[in-house]
Amino acid sequence: MSLRATTSQTIGPYLRIGLEWMVIEDLAPQGVPGERVRIEGRIVDADGKPVNDAAVEIWQANSHGKYASAEDAQSNPLDSVFRGYGRSLTDDAGNFRFRTIKPGRVPGPEGSTQAPHVTVTIFMRGLLKQLQTRIYFADDPANAEDPVLALVPVERRPTLIAKKRADGALEWNVVLQGRNETVFFDF
Amino acid sequence: MSYRRPYRGTQPDYLFPPYASTVKRAPSQPLVVLPHTLSELTAPVFGYSDINPDDNDLTRQHKGEPLGERIVVSGRVLDENSRPLEGLLIEIWQANAAGRYNHRVDQHDAPLDPNFTGAGRAITNSEGRYRFVTIRPGEYPWRNHYNAWRPAHIHFSLFGPAIVTRLITQMYFPGDPLLEYDPMFTCVPDEKARNRLISLFDWETTIPEHALGYRFDIVLRGREATPMETPR
Ligand SMILES: [Fe+2]
Repeated sequence: MSLRATTSQTIGPYLRIGLEWMVIEDLAPQGVPGERVRIEGRIVDADGKPVNDAAVEIWQANSHGKYASAEDAQSNPLDSVFRGYGRSLTDDAGNFRFRTIKPGRVPGPEGSTQAPHVTVTIFMRGLLKQLQTRIYFADDPANAEDPVLALVPVERRPTLIAKKRADGALEWNVVLQGRNETVFFDF
Repeated sequence: MSYRRPYRGTQPDYLFPPYASTVKRAPSQPLVVLPHTLSELTAPVFGYSDINPDDNDLTRQHKGEPLGERIVVSGRVLDENSRPLEGLLIEIWQANAAGRYNHRVDQHDAPLDPNFTGAGRAITNSEGRYRFVTIRPGEYPWRNHYNAWRPAHIHFSLFGPAIVTRLITQMYFPGDPLLEYDPMFTCVPDEKARNRLISLFDWETTIPEHALGYRFDIVLRGREATPMETPR
């Protein structure tokens, strides 16, 4: 009852030593049901300079809207080889990338249903604790009724929405600070 | 059901100018308070099949023994409600005994050790316990301010039962004179919270004629005692 959570500290510049062994940029091997998507993006700082030492982690439900977690008590089916977790370490140009499937909808607060989204956790030198944000999918009609997007000022919502590029990938960039700053959550 | 928000003064803010890198990387817009939905209350599950049984011994990853003082670092992972957390993946990384990281960005003029990579992994047992065998990392200089040196530390990364319990932290050593000058260690005002980042010398886990023991217990966020959600 009385313990207090350990203080967060920065991941520092040498994260690759500890985290590179479990880079997972391809979350959905062949046979996992769902719409295949590539999500790619870049992280920049307040000066627009690329962040080349970030860890980007994603977490998502499967195409049936079920999380591969003991904490998800829903009865919809699990996909045995789909864990729903990805980790990408940014390259020299600040880029990260994932191949996955579009998640299904999951329940939200007060009986609502959330639009398909991917949870994003970002660590880097210069962050004493992680940033928490989300990726939504452009043109999904469910975005209009999503209970979390509804909490975000209208003019800032586009920072949470991945947009389809000509090459078919979904582009979602992270601006840490300044004009078009990405929406980050107090979690 | 949701997780308790941090106690005042125990978790850092994003902007902390004494740590210079925060200035260009901290968000400047207000954060949006996120309700803890199923997406935040769940997290990936890892287990023994994800690691090798000897991943927790950083002194046996190469042909020879690494240089430096062998140590045993162990402890328990609990939540704020004192519940031991079983089956959690812990990843650690650190500098070698000379204070040098095995990483292309580290230009510190100290020798690399061909017998030391500096990365380890473990899974907590049913009592939330973990154990690593490693060498004591060296202090090292950095360019944050004039004559800046990081105290000796080991980086820890933990997954908890929920995305909102994910924690990356650093473990320090007792009696390190550099702690009070370090803007990472001093990033929170609560002195007790800071001091919980310092491991304790541990006679119990010290191995005679082989290695000193240090204990580092880690606490992840716990669930609210009373559900905060409004009834469905
Ligand atoms: Fe470090």
